[in-house]
Amino acid sequence: MQRIGKQLVFFVGLVIAWELIVRAGGWTPDVMPKPTDVWEAMKRGFSDRTLVYDLQASFTRLFIGLVISLALGTALGILLAKSKTADDTLGALILALQSVPSIVWLPLAIMWFGLNEKAVIFIVVLGGTLVMTINMRMGIKNVPPLYIRAAETMGSKGIDQFIRVILPASVPYAVTGMRLAWAFAWRALMAAEILSTGPGLGYTLKYASDFGDMSLVIAVMILIGVIGSIVDLLLFQRVERNVMKRWGLETN
Amino acid sequence: MLLQINDVNKQYTNNKVTNTVLDHVSVSVKEGEFISILGPSGCGKSTLLSMVAGLVKPTSGTIMLDGQPIQKPGKDRGMVFQQSALFPWLNVEENVMFPFKKEMNKQEALQKAKHYLQMVQLSNYGKHYPHELSGGMQQRVAIARAFTMDPKVLLMDEPFGALDEQTRTRMHGELERIWLDTKKTVLFVTHSISESIKLSERIIVMGTRPGRIIADIPVTLPRPRRFDAPETIQLEKQINHLLKEEIDKVVKEELSYAENR
Ligand SMILES: Nc1ncnc2c1ncn2[C@@H]1O[C@H](COP(=O)(O)OP(=O)(O)OP(=O)(O)O)[C@@H](O)[C@H]1O
Ligand SMILES: [Mg+2]
Repeated sequence: MQRIGKQLVFFVGLVIAWELIVRAGGWTPDVMPKPTDVWEAMKRGFSDRTLVYDLQASFTRLFIGLVISLALGTALGILLAKSKTADDTLGALILALQSVPSIVWLPLAIMWFGLNEKAVIFIVVLGGTLVMTINMRMGIKNVPPLYIRAAETMGSKGIDQFIRVILPASVPYAVTGMRLAWAFAWRALMAAEILSTGPGLGYTLKYASDFGDMSLVIAVMILIGVIGSIVDLLLFQRVERNVMKRWGLETN
Repeated sequence: MLLQINDVNKQYTNNKVTNTVLDHVSVSVKEGEFISILGPSGCGKSTLLSMVAGLVKPTSGTIMLDGQPIQKPGKDRGMVFQQSALFPWLNVEENVMFPFKKEMNKQEALQKAKHYLQMVQLSNYGKHYPHELSGGMQQRVAIARAFTMDPKVLLMDEPFGALDEQTRTRMHGELERIWLDTKKTVLFVTHSISESIKLSERIIVMGTRPGRIIADIPVTLPRPRRFDAPETIQLEKQINHLLKEEIDKVVKEELSYAENR
């Protein structure tokens, strides 16, 4: 509770300071809007429903992209963990791709799929799949040998052992992978929307920028940040903590 | 003979250096015997047990269970490890059901799990997860889990090694009671001389470098055994003497190795 109190004071203070500084500096809203301007832009966006449609559109793409990423990442991770050949070849490629921000694929994606949903989803899938793959692979490789030995003495081997022991034992890594996949996918989505087409939060941000509506730009930025942290905090961190506790991996 | 370990050798080769872990080890185990294996650290106790479990293959020699050579792990040998090796994603009941879950319907499986949990006096903890149990309770669940397979031999590798003294003493009582009830054949690896005297019918003392059997001592003291009875103390002294020679040898080797570097 104490922590939330401190955070509240901090953020309220931040907003007040911002308001006061902009007022004192005498900047106009098209250069540096005040919190009140941003609030107005936010209200306008929600009452004429543009931001509502944007959120719907962005989340639909994100959801589709993330589902594909998680499925693909899980499958690839298992493949890399189980096949030495795949790990040496495909694994090396995935590690290399991991250091390329997925947004740089956009020009190619637009050539392949056109300037549409599919190109954006492709970027989101790229953003999420690689981290999921890497984490899933680690999870399977790091199953404690003791679990495997115990399973063997209880007559569990092969596919049965894989399903009943190795997969569940790798869940903590998979959950971390999902959390990172979400974070990467969310960033990739925003970048792709800014550079391609709407509707969507990113698209509205660029649109507002083209018309010099900095209040709306900041309103969208705040939405992006708030949604990102709420999903991370309320969904993924909570799930991760529960899993770590149940799997006996909690350090404190 | 239920279990026959015949002239088993085990060597590991690392970087072209061959290390003999077990040297001509032979043991015969009768059905229903409780045998402790005692020896200094690194003498190959866990290796020997893992070979009986089928997790490790001997370099030469054979291990026969009921006249059949041991090739791979199987449910006729249950193993209890030093760490409980329970699966943290399953609750206590589900852990106990792991070995036989697919062989019967849910109702029967649950019934069976409950029966064995009662044996280790944990009936009320079926729905708990391993991280909610103490170390001693986890080990009791692991013992229950091994018993559900009704193995011909129960292999225990320092099962109480990670427990505090009081819990250990309680677990000795529990294990002795269960063994007297079931007369399971048990191979029990331990560091503790008093533990081996308290529990076993026979104590196999191992020496090290290479690992081999240096004594095979029957224990005929009446149960329950008291740690302060003169016979117990006498036996403890005798084993202590055997082990001390081995440990001194290790220390001496280590010192001369350090000097020659
Ligand atoms: N996979 C392996 N590769 C190489 N050497 C091994 C391997 N497993 C065990 N050893 C060696 O075999 C020897 C015996 O090991 P083992 O674990 O059986 O000893 P232990 O008697 O159980 O010891 P402790 O009482 O400490 O558990 C040790 O010297 C160890 O280094
Ligand atoms: Mg050992």
